[in-house]
Amino acid sequence: MSRFEYAPAPESRAIVDIKSSYGLFVNGQFVDATDGKPFKTVSPASEEVLAEVSEAGPADVDKAVRAARKAFDKVWGPMSGKDRAKYLFRIARLIQERARELAVLESLDNGKPIRESRDVDIPLVAAHFFYYAGWADKLEYAGVGDDPRPWGVAGQVIPWNFPMLMLAWKIAPALAAGNTVVLKPAETTPLTALAFAEICQQADLPPGVVNIVTGAGRTGQALVEHPDVDKVAFTGSTEVGRAIAKSVAGTHKAVTLELGGKAANIVFEDAPIDQTIEGIVNGIFFNQGHVCCAGSRLLVQESVYDEVLARLKRRMGTLRVGDPLDKNTDIGAINSSAQLAKIRELSQIGEDEGAERWSPECELPAEGYWFPPTVFTGVSQAHRIAREEIFGPVLSVLTFRTPAEAVEKANNTPFGLSAGIWTEKGSRILWMANQLRAGVVWANTFNRFDPTSPFGGYKESGYGREGGRHGLEAYLAH
Amino acid sequence: MRKTYKLYIGGAFPRSESGRSYVVNNAKGKFLANASQASRKDARDAVVAARKAFGGWHARTAYNRGQVLYRIAEVMEGRHQQFSAEVAAGEGLSISKARAVVDASIDRWVWYAGWADKLAQVVGSSNPVAGPYFDFSLPEATGVVAVLAPQDSSLLGLTSVIAPAIVSGNTVVAVSSYERPLPAVTLGEVMATSDVPGGVVNILTGSASEIGPWLASHQDVNAIDLCGIESEDEARDLEIAAAGNLKRVRRPAAEDWTADQGLSRLTQYLELKTVWHPIGV
Repeated sequence: MSRFEYAPAPESRAIVDIKSSYGLFVNGQFVDATDGKPFKTVSPASEEVLAEVSEAGPADVDKAVRAARKAFDKVWGPMSGKDRAKYLFRIARLIQERARELAVLESLDNGKPIRESRDVDIPLVAAHFFYYAGWADKLEYAGVGDDPRPWGVAGQVIPWNFPMLMLAWKIAPALAAGNTVVLKPAETTPLTALAFAEICQQADLPPGVVNIVTGAGRTGQALVEHPDVDKVAFTGSTEVGRAIAKSVAGTHKAVTLELGGKAANIVFEDAPIDQTIEGIVNGIFFNQGHVCCAGSRLLVQESVYDEVLARLKRRMGTLRVGDPLDKNTDIGAINSSAQLAKIRELSQIGEDEGAERWSPECELPAEGYWFPPTVFTGVSQAHRIAREEIFGPVLSVLTFRTPAEAVEKANNTPFGLSAGIWTEKGSRILWMANQLRAGVVWANTFNRFDPTSPFGGYKESGYGREGGRHGLEAYLAH
Repeated sequence: MRKTYKLYIGGAFPRSESGRSYVVNNAKGKFLANASQASRKDARDAVVAARKAFGGWHARTAYNRGQVLYRIAEVMEGRHQQFSAEVAAGEGLSISKARAVVDASIDRWVWYAGWADKLAQVVGSSNPVAGPYFDFSLPEATGVVAVLAPQDSSLLGLTSVIAPAIVSGNTVVAVSSYERPLPAVTLGEVMATSDVPGGVVNILTGSASEIGPWLASHQDVNAIDLCGIESEDEARDLEIAAAGNLKRVRRPAAEDWTADQGLSRLTQYLELKTVWHPIGV
């Protein structure tokens, strides 16, 4: 019997108006950069140039920090929490109003499926602003003492995997606590941050409260090392996190880091099989695997290994890879050629080290950056694909016999961001959750996020939490 | 009878592996004792002991950890006179002031003892997510904590940096005040006789400047308190070394050890674990 084919169901780009070039957003206005070269941001699905973006050099970063300082001293710091709350609520509403546009823009610039940007990213962005808006006039109830104070100017550097969501995770609690911010989006995904700058203008946010400086590592470094930045917040690789931890050493700066992961997704023999297969797929193929908490190490109990693998492969065969703007797409484009090269390199190393590689038959588009959903079997703990973060749609499968062995293998990593447990036995879930050294444990689910729910890692996955009361605490001196 | 002061590692009292000792004088410069001068190897042995003890200590119930901390206070009470004499000699205090310091130290153990079974309720949370999930967050110990104890406050300061780390289930390697190490050695003897499992607290007498870099760069230490480092440059270098495995760092800051400590020393050495589960029938 032949399979029914899907007809294309593309989302229209007409709703998005991308300018040919963008300046920096400093002190409430778009301004030209003075000491950096402009760069281009492309659609990873087609390699089409979307816009030219300014690179902020140290002098530009300095202007942005000065604007933030002035806004902190004169406007935002002295403002009542009640009034700050109203601005944040207004921003949340504007995001809802422009949700469709933002989702399309995010998928164009990042390569993620519209289904995810529309149903996950942007709704969560609005939810974060709503959640933290409500904290702005309740800081003394946050459980951090009776005199919580903002740090001052927050310098924030975010990654390309969830550009708008990471912006919300950073900006919403910072502003609610009374800080002003200078945020640097990733160089490959600056467009939604620049759209957010327009939203700040529409919300009449006082100039300087939010500043957006675009650029790459050099810009981020200038921001993090700026002497007048009081609080540094970074999400990204462990390697860069380490460099930031070193650069803030000996300073007065507060710092939070959300870094890499190599999560174990642990499947017991009594797991509900259909939900588990969906959970495994969601765990590693959500957002092309560009997720720091992705379930990239699948630990399967030996007794159900054959069945789980067979069903997983069958399910992977139904995943649709292609145009991010098609509403039927499950896996979009890899964000950049550099990231694609890294995924290819580590996958090749996996083969060279003796693991067996499998992908379903799938035709990849000729243009753009693509990698098929991939599973490696015969993986041992020493393999680099079981130890290093690949940050792509690549799953390594290991096995175990006893819960104790599962715990030992799961914890055998310098990372400690997240973990998954699949079993019908409640007492085992709670025992496992106790034993796992990870900041987020999903039981019979995976990759769930919510503004009220603290997120962050143990060990080399970084320090501090985002989300919830604890995420607010990171922006308050006490 | 003159006493021999030794290190406290893994529940035992070894001399320094290096064979070194150093002269400890009282505040007026008069000889008090020879103390063991801990080396890099001693520090590494202590980390091994602390790691080994972590699983068991962390797994104990909060109620039990609270009891053990309270027991420390009880046993200290019995050695009140010895602590007072050592604090008086080392810190140059009158005996009555030294007694007050010992009282405050005992009170501090009692205060922290009571936190053991309250932390999770104050710091943890149930998270009302927008979906059919049960979602809660719990504090957990971060692991092995290295402590470079205050140089000035040899007992109250030491207590104030060790107690908040261990009450939540961390294990500790502490380097005592260099010039005033005797109360630290005696505190180790208290640990050994007060139900604290071997390895939960390890006390090294010696130089924080010498041992600090090995602890700061140690890959199996999860957090470090730089309290006892007085030079800003040294503290910065240690913080840079600590970045190697992204240790949680407590930077040195002026502290009044007699004041109420608040929660920050407790929360400094905690991780927050968030657990999700679907709701349904």
